[in-house]
Amino acid sequence: MHKLSTKKALIAFVIFGWILVIVADRVDELRVYQGATIAITTLSIASIILLTGYSGQVSLGHGAFLAFGAYAAALAQTYWQSPFWFTLLVAVMVSAAFGFILGFAAGRLSGPYLAGTTLALAVGLPTLANQFSFLGGETGLVYDAGLPPARFGEEFTLYKWFFWIAVFVVLIAMFLLRNLLNSRFGRTWKSLRANPTAAALCGVNVAQSKVMAFTISAGVAGLSGALLGMISIVAPSAFPLSLSFTIITGAILAGVTSLLGSMLGAVVLVVIPEIADVISHQLGDSEKVVTNLPGFIISVLLILTVLFSPNGPAEAMRKRREQHAKH
Amino acid sequence: MRNLLGTLLIGLTLGSVYSLMALALVLVWRSTRVVNFAQAGQAIVTTYIAYEIVTRTGVFWLAVLFAVAAGALIGAGVEYFLMRTLFRHVDEGPVAALAPVIATLGLLGVIRSIVGMIWGNDFRSFYSPVSTDNFVLAGETIPFSRLNLLIILATVVVMIIFSIIFQRTDLGLSLRAAAFQPEIARLAGIRVGPIRTLGWVFAGVAGAIAGVLVTPTTILSPNSLDLLLVFGFVAAVIGGLESLPGAVLGGLVLGLGVSIVLNYVGTSLVFPSIFVVLIISLIVRPNGLLGNKKVRSA
Amino acid sequence: MSSLVVSNLTVSHGAIRALRDISFEVQEGELTAIIGANGAGKTTLLRTLSGLKDAESGTATWRDRNILGKRPEDLVRRGISHVSEGKSVIPELTVRENLVIGGLWRRDKSGTERAIKEAVELFPRLGERMSQSANTLSGGERQMLAIGRALVSRPRLLLLDEPSLGLAPLIIEQIFAAIKNLQKSMNLTVVLVEQNANSALEIADTGVILNLGELVASGNAGELLEDPALKSAYLGY
Ligand SMILES: Nc1ncnc2c1ncn2[C@@H]1O[C@H](COP(=O)(O)OP(=O)(O)O)[C@@H](O)[C@H]1O
Ligand SMILES: [Mg+2]
Repeated sequence: MHKLSTKKALIAFVIFGWILVIVADRVDELRVYQGATIAITTLSIASIILLTGYSGQVSLGHGAFLAFGAYAAALAQTYWQSPFWFTLLVAVMVSAAFGFILGFAAGRLSGPYLAGTTLALAVGLPTLANQFSFLGGETGLVYDAGLPPARFGEEFTLYKWFFWIAVFVVLIAMFLLRNLLNSRFGRTWKSLRANPTAAALCGVNVAQSKVMAFTISAGVAGLSGALLGMISIVAPSAFPLSLSFTIITGAILAGVTSLLGSMLGAVVLVVIPEIADVISHQLGDSEKVVTNLPGFIISVLLILTVLFSPNGPAEAMRKRREQHAKH
Repeated sequence: MRNLLGTLLIGLTLGSVYSLMALALVLVWRSTRVVNFAQAGQAIVTTYIAYEIVTRTGVFWLAVLFAVAAGALIGAGVEYFLMRTLFRHVDEGPVAALAPVIATLGLLGVIRSIVGMIWGNDFRSFYSPVSTDNFVLAGETIPFSRLNLLIILATVVVMIIFSIIFQRTDLGLSLRAAAFQPEIARLAGIRVGPIRTLGWVFAGVAGAIAGVLVTPTTILSPNSLDLLLVFGFVAAVIGGLESLPGAVLGGLVLGLGVSIVLNYVGTSLVFPSIFVVLIISLIVRPNGLLGNKKVRSA
Repeated sequence: MSSLVVSNLTVSHGAIRALRDISFEVQEGELTAIIGANGAGKTTLLRTLSGLKDAESGTATWRDRNILGKRPEDLVRRGISHVSEGKSVIPELTVRENLVIGGLWRRDKSGTERAIKEAVELFPRLGERMSQSANTLSGGERQMLAIGRALVSRPRLLLLDEPSLGLAPLIIEQIFAAIKNLQKSMNLTVVLVEQNANSALEIADTGVILNLGELVASGNAGELLEDPALKSAYLGY
């Protein structure tokens, strides 16, 4: 894949955003909502790709960072009456700060220790919300982006407004991420993942750049968490352990080495519950099946992907192409 | 004084179940070098099986027996069908090293959703086989019941059986040899494949027992053992992840710690404090309480 | 009678070809030294013969039956014991346990006890440290323990990978003497990998010289020692 220049990429992002907005005008509410979900999931998958695909660290509990971001944003809105754009900034900063702390510990761990520590975070974090009253308990906190400006007209629904915001924020974030990964940092991380020893010998500060990757990844995750809170709620039930599973599955399906794949992964993740709906309908709409089938399909996909194409289908295809080119 | 005794006894009870879960994680880690996050899922299945038997027959011991057998079977199945395939497929690439861990995570998801489809996601009560009334000592109630006593005794019995198997039998010697140096074990003629499966079987048994012991003190739902998994993992890490006595010690230390926080600080800080304990123990004693100094980078 | 026959053996580590078209034979009861500098492919050869590594092409038979592509634990049952490079003991186990594991597969407790006793007679220093952790042994003692463990498996073919590595000359002498003694007293077939060409060829009956994965010479150990061309090119003195 040849790399676009930054200017061309910027144009591509703008055109892509434009197309999305036009399309959103012509489809129904549910699709618009799903569109927003895809945009937000793309961003959360991108945060894992940055962490795992580029810096070689793993987080099984990235849902926790989404929660940090969402709660930070909601708290800023509730208690400081901050403007919406500022709450997003708070989400990024707070989540990144937690990422920095964890990344500092993570720099000294690897493999199973890091996996377990991040998982512990995701399991334990929701229990906290019930303990502190200012976090709103099970019902959580209210967080929204306000009503759409009046000049967009009566027709302009709340969901469309959410969609606009989500797409706008995600496109900017993805554009910045893309530039970051193509920069010196991105290359450093890649060299780290490929061969930490060699990278260290080349003068890369291994620990520092791992912490950096963790911090940025957490910040990105926090931002997507705030957006997720905007379209749903900011409560423990919005950030269950299965959210972390889902993000990882998306990243693995996307092939953890390509930022572009994150959108593909997000589409798959949003489509799965739809498919599950159809299947459970066929099976007679038992409530037990309806609630559990999406999780089942996602987990099975995760297992099958690591079994048969651990680096993701995209990576496998790239390898096959390379081999073709050689012969 | 009464408070102190209560804290200690509660700590021992909690520590017992944490130890069992830690033991399960360590057994799998030693045999396959994977932290098996699906352990919570395997244990939830066996606990639901025990629940079915208890509700139908009312015989707790029969339920434990079935849970243990199912735990052994599921452990063997996961190792044989999933882990072996995985290690055959995974060779290189950014995710390769993480693939087994991610697969166990996926398995946890699969098991939970299947359990949810069968039993539903609502909370159920698993009735205690013995009285949960607190004992009265010299006219004062202490927060300790027959159920707590049963949990501690059962754990002690399991630990004794495990330590006899591991320290006194040829099988245990094979398990240890294969865990520490699989290549040398093979050169000595030990069939490492079946021995590895056996490690998963023992882990499945320990997890199953942890599940049936802890559930009567709480509730049963498809993810009711997630926190136990986390506590077990932290205990295993405190103990060094390699050592069976370390896992037990780690469990007890953690149980006492949690009990102290519960009693003197409050429920709200249990999770943050164990998380801090986890991070500190990882940084300060990277090889656990009983370990020597090697870096945890495998 | 040739008991170990290797022909046209080629082995690679990914893109690196570690052994190219190697052929040699070892007679029953003979001590053969495999000599070569670092990276010559000696370890790869032994690992292939004991089942730890797959070959790319060629054949290898022990007592007329194929040994390539077999599991090490099965080859042990056919009498092949491999003491791998770098003191192959399990530091987390005691000395005694390290010896016992060699005999577990036979499920014959008294036979194992007898074999352990013989190993201790050969290396008396192990006897004094039976309940100590193997971790506490010196380098030489570890090497003795590794060989002792292999003996408890009652091998007919013993594969030794650089037993002298990192040991003091006096200890090396003891270990080499023990190896020679084993070969003679038990009619054991031994393949001894060494960089230490001189002392290895002195106790060996035949020798094989490897260089960069290729076999450059093989034959009677005494003649190899005397060959002036080999001396300067490969034996390094
Ligand atoms: N696991 C391995 N992966 C890649 N290359 C290896 C591996 N083991 C050995 N080699 C290479 O194979 C060649 C032979 O190595 P080895 O058999 O260890 O030689 P020796 O034991 O004679 O020193 C060397 O070039 C070495 O770098
Ligand atoms: Mg070598």
